[in-house]
Amino acid sequence: MTALLQALRRLPLPRSVAVPSPSVTAALPRASFERARPLELRLDGVVKEFAGRRVLDGLDLTVPAGQFVAVVGRSGGGKSTLMRLIVGLDRPSGGRVLVDGRPVSGLRPDVRLLFQDPRLLPWQRAVGNVGIARGPGWRERALAALDDVGLADRAEEWPSVLSGGQRQRVALARALVSNPGLLLLDEPFGALDALTRQEMHRLLRRIREEHGFGAVLITHDVAEAVALADRVLVLREGKIALDLDIGGPDQRPDESAVAALEARILRDV
Amino acid sequence: MAGGGKGGGVVRRAGEQLLPWLLPLGLLAVWELAAATGWLSARVLPAPSDIALAFWTTLLDGSLPRHVAVSAERAVKGLLIGGGLGFALGFLTGALKPAEILLDSSLQMLRNVPHLAIIPMVILWFGIGEEAKIFLVSIGVLFPIYLNTFHGIRSVDRGLVEMARVYGLGTAALYARVILPGALPSILLGVRYALGIMWLTLIVAETISASSGIGYMTMNAREFLQTDLVLLGIIVYALLGKLADTLTRWLERRALAWNPSFHTALETAS
Repeated sequence: MTALLQALRRLPLPRSVAVPSPSVTAALPRASFERARPLELRLDGVVKEFAGRRVLDGLDLTVPAGQFVAVVGRSGGGKSTLMRLIVGLDRPSGGRVLVDGRPVSGLRPDVRLLFQDPRLLPWQRAVGNVGIARGPGWRERALAALDDVGLADRAEEWPSVLSGGQRQRVALARALVSNPGLLLLDEPFGALDALTRQEMHRLLRRIREEHGFGAVLITHDVAEAVALADRVLVLREGKIALDLDIGGPDQRPDESAVAALEARILRDV
Repeated sequence: MAGGGKGGGVVRRAGEQLLPWLLPLGLLAVWELAAATGWLSARVLPAPSDIALAFWTTLLDGSLPRHVAVSAERAVKGLLIGGGLGFALGFLTGALKPAEILLDSSLQMLRNVPHLAIIPMVILWFGIGEEAKIFLVSIGVLFPIYLNTFHGIRSVDRGLVEMARVYGLGTAALYARVILPGALPSILLGVRYALGIMWLTLIVAETISASSGIGYMTMNAREFLQTDLVLLGIIVYALLGKLADTLTRWLERRALAWNPSFHTALETAS
């Protein structure tokens, strides 16, 4: 076990999350991870009703493979429902949800969901949580994923001794371990303090550049959407009220451009 | 923290360690003195030295170890049968809604019958053989373990179960890695509670109908006014109860090492 950890440390990988900027990390060689095959997501007139109340009202949407979409909306606007449909925990009342061109028929290992709370098993150590699906060679893959989120040295800790940010990083490693092509993020950073949240944003951007997966992020925080996404959707009363292509986070020239984007989105929320 | 303190600290800590023993040891000395001067009749309360002597003689002639072994065997058998049954039933009703609907209200009804009240029936059914005692202990431990297993399985965090499904765990893995570990604190609480009931039931059952065991030993000694043996039996029961409790605490600390409340317990203890 310790020998393995030491072997991992010898690999030329940056282990710290507190990196100066994502572009620096992206330049470093990271041979340990195969890139995921990004998956396309399509919604065809998706309707979801709960006891006669229409939560999603005929959504049409195509997210090209590898795109990072942020879905912004007030609470109760159907955001979490949308997530559950995409991941296959729920079925639409009408219309179709297609991942990689095929209708979602259940859970699949290349579509992963990061919950609002980390949902770690308290009785499993960090590495056991990351490798929860087990299978051959799970420990090595789990350790590599933990290393990827900068927690290689906390692999044998119980979740109860980790900080909130560290727990969410373990949850992120758990999502990454099966090499997803589509990552769904259901307000995963909402409960973190502002500094930790920025750290998580940097980490997520870096990891996405390495892995190349597509992502759908649910958030009520417009600033977070602008900080992470290529495209922002505003969901209001079960319909898409705004669909704005904003380019990658590194394409915003300065603070004022970010502020202008945030103001533009807020008008429609 | 511990080493290299000042001399005063060492004395104070030694004092703190000894202080709780002052009262029981003092009482013991007064008791011994009262018995030795004849102020306290041996028929009311034998001297501590007499009890120690009784311990020594019964240990040497082999009767004490034999009675303890018989009692312990009954206790363990009853615990395994009743506890196993309680766990199986609790698991079933906790995991399957139809099983709960079918079984739970009946079990809740049975639970309210004081199990010692059925001793006359048990004697009619089984006589005073081993089965009677084991049956009574089984019934006694069944319900706390049943209830706590059921409750433990039901109170597992739904969010964790959903997460496990999203991450592709099958039913067997879900129970092995999420539901049972989640229910374990509650189950172990049930076991600890059941151990108390186990000894209590055994004492009553052995004093009423038995031809061996510690309960029989004390009742037999009462016939001959051997109060030293009676008290010895009581002390042995207390020690066995304490031993069982220590074992479960140890088990809890090992099995629940992930739980922060057990972390601190472990750290302050060592």
